Order: sequence, then C-alpha cells, then structure tokens
Amino acid sequence: MDGVKNVYKLKGGVRMSTDRERVLKVEDKPATLGPDLDIREFTREAKAWSACPVPLLPKDIVLQSLSAGIRADEKDRVGTYFQIDHSVVFQGIQKVFEGKIDLMSTKDAFNKYDWFKDYWWRLVQPDTDKYTALAERNWDHGYFIRVLEGQKVTLPLQSCLFVSKDGLNQNVHNIIILEPEAEAQVITGCVVHPNVQKGLHVGVSEFYLKKGAKLTFTMIHNWSQNFHVRPRTAVLIEDEAKFVNNYICLKPVKSLQMYPVAYCKGVDSKVRFNSILYGGGNSYIDFGAKIVLQGAGSRGEVISNAIASDRAQIYARGLLVGEHSESKAHLECRGLLLSDKALIHAVPELTAKVGGTELSHEAAVGKIGEDQVQYLMARGFSEADARSLIVRGFMDVTIFGLPDELKDGIKRIVDEAVKGAL
Amino acid sequence: MNLLEIEDLSVEVDGKRILDGVDLEIPEGESHVLFGPNGSGKTSILMTILGFPDYKVVSGRIRFDGVDITNMSIDERVKRGMGIAFQRPPAIRGVKLGDIVHNFLKSDAEAMKKEAELCDALKFEKEFLSRDLNRGFSGGEMKKSEILQVLAQKPKFAMLDEPDSGVDIENLAIIGKVINNFLKESSGLLITHVGYILRYVEVDKGHVLIKGEIACSGEPIKILDQILKEGYGWCEKCLQIKGWCKNVNR
Ligand SMILES: Nc1ncnc2c1ncn2[C@@H]1O[C@H](COP(=O)(O)OP(=O)(O)OP(=O)(O)O)[C@@H](O)[C@H]1O
Ligand SMILES: [Mg+2]
Repeated sequence: MDGVKNVYKLKGGVRMSTDRERVLKVEDKPATLGPDLDIREFTREAKAWSACPVPLLPKDIVLQSLSAGIRADEKDRVGTYFQIDHSVVFQGIQKVFEGKIDLMSTKDAFNKYDWFKDYWWRLVQPDTDKYTALAERNWDHGYFIRVLEGQKVTLPLQSCLFVSKDGLNQNVHNIIILEPEAEAQVITGCVVHPNVQKGLHVGVSEFYLKKGAKLTFTMIHNWSQNFHVRPRTAVLIEDEAKFVNNYICLKPVKSLQMYPVAYCKGVDSKVRFNSILYGGGNSYIDFGAKIVLQGAGSRGEVISNAIASDRAQIYARGLLVGEHSESKAHLECRGLLLSDKALIHAVPELTAKVGGTELSHEAAVGKIGEDQVQYLMARGFSEADARSLIVRGFMDVTIFGLPDELKDGIKRIVDEAVKGAL
Repeated sequence: MNLLEIEDLSVEVDGKRILDGVDLEIPEGESHVLFGPNGSGKTSILMTILGFPDYKVVSGRIRFDGVDITNMSIDERVKRGMGIAFQRPPAIRGVKLGDIVHNFLKSDAEAMKKEAELCDALKFEKEFLSRDLNRGFSGGEMKKSEILQVLAQKPKFAMLDEPDSGVDIENLAIIGKVINNFLKESSGLLITHVGYILRYVEVDKGHVLIKGEIACSGEPIKILDQILKEGYGWCEKCLQIKGWCKNVNR
C-alpha cells in the first residue's frame, strides 16, 4: 500500500525521478501473470497529432471510438479527453463545469499542481514489472480527472485512448481524484484504428475516492487480433465512498492481462467490479479483480461473465482479502464456452486475515445448456437465434445496476458485438 | 379431419423404451386430456410430438395438419402451429420473458396493448416480463409464464403439461378460464393428475397412459372418476386385457 516516494520536477519537459534507478532494474522483469512480451518488438515512433475538436477528427477515428462508447458530438457528456498515439488532441469540459471539474492530461496536471506528485505512483508501484517500468520510462500522457468537493456530476465524462499506428507502444498513466462527497461517471474507451493489427498498450491507473465520493467507471476495450494490453490499476476508497467498475471487452485481442485492485480502506467503503468479456479468435485473456477489505463495514462484490469462442483462452480471477472483522465480499465468476477448442479457467480466491470477515464465491463454467436452446426453439426461435439470445442474455448488463442512459448504451455495444461474433 | 395423428409410436431415451406403440388422434377443433401415473410417459409424448432430440422415435410416425413431421426440427413444428406450456421449464439467465412474448406478438404498435391484455387476463404482474425466464419464479408464477407464452403465440394446437399442479384455488380458476377460452378456438392436449383444471376446461376425450402405452380412451370425466375412485390399478388391469376396454363409456 505504501506508494513509492517519488520526487518529480518538470524541467524543460524532462521529468526527473529518484526512482528511475529502481525502475531500470525491472525493465526485463516479466509480469507474474500472462504471456511475457518482448517490448522491443513495438515501436515508439509516432507522428504528432495536433490539437483538434473531436467532431473534426477523421471520420474513421470518430466511428471507431463510438464503438467504445465515446461520443464525438459530446452529446450527454460533461467533458472529453482524447488521446491519439502519444498526442493529446483534445481536452475540455463544458463551461458550466469549469471550476468544478479538472480534466487534462497528466503531464499538464504535473505542471499545474504542485500536489499532483502526491498521487503519482502511490497505489501502483513503478517497479511491479516491466510494463509499469515501461510506463515510467516512456510515459505518453493519460488523463487526469478531478471532481471537486461536493460536485455531483450526473452525466458522464469521457476519455478515449486511441492507437492509430500499427505496431505502436502506447503507455498512459491516468489519475482520477474524487474529492469528498463528489460524484461522477467516467467512460473510458480504449480503441485501435481498423488498420492497426499489432501493438502494446500499457495503462497505469490510480484512482482516489475520498470521503463519501461515488465513482462509476466504465471501461470499454476494442483491440485487435495481434494487440497486447497490460493495464495496471489500483483504487483507494475512503470512508463511505463507493466505486463501481464496469469493464467490457468484446473484440479479439492477442493478449490481455490485468488484475486491478481496490483497497476499501474507509469505514463503510464499497466497491463493485462488473465485467463482461467475449474472447474470440486466438485471444489470451487473463483478467480479474482484487478487493482488500480494510475498513469497518467495507463491502465488495466481483461479478464477471466471460465467454470464450474459437480458440480463446480466458483466465478469470478474483481475490477477496478480508482484513477487517466487520467486512463482507462476494465473488461471482461465470464462464460460457462456445467452442471445444476454447478454454475458461476460473480462479476464485478468498483470504480471511481476521475472524468475522465474510467472504464467499460462486463459480460456474460450462457450455450453453441444450435444454435452454430447445426451450427457445419451442418458442419458435431457430437454433442459431436461440443460441445468440442465450449468449446475449449471458452478457446481460441490467444486473450491473447502471443508470439507464449508460445501460442502454452498453447494451447496444454488446448487442452489436454479439451480432458480429456469432 | 385429424389435426394430430400419432401412429404406432415407440420412443427411446438413452436407449430406454419410454413409449410403446402409441396411437392417438386428435381431430381439428377438439381438445383431449391425458392421464397417467408418474413416470408413465405423458411428458415424453409431448416432447416427442414437439421433436425434442433426446426422444428418439424408433418406430411409427406423427402427422400434423396433414404433414408428416416425424423428422422435423422443433422450431419448424412450432412454425406449423404447435405450442407448449412445459411442466418444468428451465431458467435462462439474461433472457427475459418479454423477449419471447414480444417475439410472438411481432407488430410493435399493437404488441404493448395485447401484452397488457394477456397479463391482465392471467392476473400476472407485467414486471415479470422484464425478469429472467423462470429465474426465481414460484411454482405458480412459472405456470402463468408458460401459459402467457402460449397465449401470445396463439398456436393451432396447444399442449399443456400439468398447468394446474402447484396452483392455488384462485389462480386455478383464473388459469382454467383462460385456457378454456383459448381452447374453444383451437385444439389441444392437456395433461393433468387430479383433474382440477377440468372444472374449468371442457375437453372432448380422455386417454390414460400406463407404462408408455395408451391403456384406455373415452369420456374424460368418467375416466377421471374411475381413477379417483380406484386409482391407476384399474387401468393396469385394463391394459392386460387390451382391446377390450379401449373406449370407456363412449
Ligand atoms: N431425458 C430423459 N432421460 C432419462 N429418462 C427420461 C428422460 N425423459 C423421460 N425419462 C423417463 O421416461 C419415463 C417417462 O417420463 P415422463 O416425464 O414422460 O413421465 P410423466 O408421465 O410425464 O410423469 P409425471 O407425471 O411425473 O410428470 C420416466 O421413467 C422418466 O424417468
Ligand atoms: Mg410429466
């Protein structure tokens, strides 16, 4: 939990770190999970994109980002951060929210706020593995969102991390801070251009929810067949704060490995991780969520629904750690296999460090029940339609308890993806 | 004309014989009732008529509306006008009862109204439409959901597998009347154990199934009275002298 103490100064655009040496030592350290990657296979060369209002971005980029929930017209969005490759092309919030919300690249945040360093590499350690080291060494912006005390923002903020160049390595480091009693929704879309096959995206995210804050964070991933993804996320939840994380990944990816952790540090702090994954092609997906219950009355829930088709391999993990005697968490892991060559491996883990903590899990992995298919056929659906109805049902987002607008948007994205996949 | 004709039908599940030389004819416009002890094969007949692949037809054939359907898929049979209310429907996560009802009702403008009417007639809360199919439904709710789906489909021929079991007195009347109204306009095959539903539903003929064979056929209320008085032992005797008592009091 103790973040690495760093001292950062921006000097002529060059960032200095006392931990640079420490990071250098782990430049070749593989992650504990997921296939090991040779980072040198990816290029750091990217053209610079100049600033541009989002609606004026090239059509293909606008369309592609829409598939990850990013609205170029900014309809029903409070603010937008848009990064392509290593360049920030747009960052701004609606006028009425000025002075209530900060939204800018993390590099700008370093320049603007002295205190920003106190939130940097605090929850995630830069020497965790070669990917965090890479993000420290070759840092390409990322978003900084801060909602000021007591501000309750009902419409979502959106942030798009776009890769337009084949073979590129993009490393973002994101920070979200919700000051006391602030409320917000953030939609993050990570997307590649249709021409991009290969690449490596590393995303370090550190989120801070102060007393009574509420954050619904929805991340939609749209990668491609030969793309590798290594998010490194940690969230600190203080007294009475609540964090809801929705993760959706429906397109094939070469490899994805992430195991975000939420520390329920505060009294009555709450966290919920919902995820829906559809692994097709040769996707290798190793995902999960960890919850550490540290505060009295802290509560956690992990619900993951994963579908594996073709030759996809999915490892669905979950770890609940009870460190306080008055805490409770539940882990639910469901897997649906659509092909004999696919694999789903569920790894639910519970660690109780004190008496009184209540931890439970449920895991179920299997094929589509033939009785269900036949039942729907008896209602007039063709076999193919019956199967697709069941698959879509498996990815039902209504159980996530999202606000309607968000729910309908996600449902549309899921429906489209299933139509395309089946 | 016969809507359904089953001829010398023998069926196996997992290599085990569960129906043995069944003959059954249901003329257009008629509704019949099927009695029989637990495990005698009643549900199996319905599943076979509907073409569930676990139920392997080893001999005989099934004609529906003049066409041999013995080898058709389930959905083809349903398109031809068969419908069913299952005895024990499976729960399906994420698939809403409304998904099925809307699919049957098609036309969007009218659908909402029809849907509301059907729920009203069954005294079934509309909220059930947005719930996952049969997940956490009580026994009675499950029955209503099954009947609601059949009503939305409006099949030519409805098979109702024990629509009255586990249903309380008031709901029995509600369900019974709805089924009766529906069957007046179409044809059907109804399964019941103790016949409560027959207080509300008029049927034309009854059959008794014993160990996969039709033991007798005839006046439904008389058959039911016999069963209630003497139990199925009476029918078993009957089966031993098959041919003699095939048409009770007709
Ligand atoms: N899928 C199956 N697998 C194995 N056995 C089966 C299957 N379906 C039916 N059977 C067997 O066939 C026989 C007839 O079952 P069926 O469900 O048709 O009886 P039923 O007359 O409807 O009984 P009940 O009154 O209890 O509903 C039973 O012995 C049952 O165990
Ligand atoms: Mg039965």
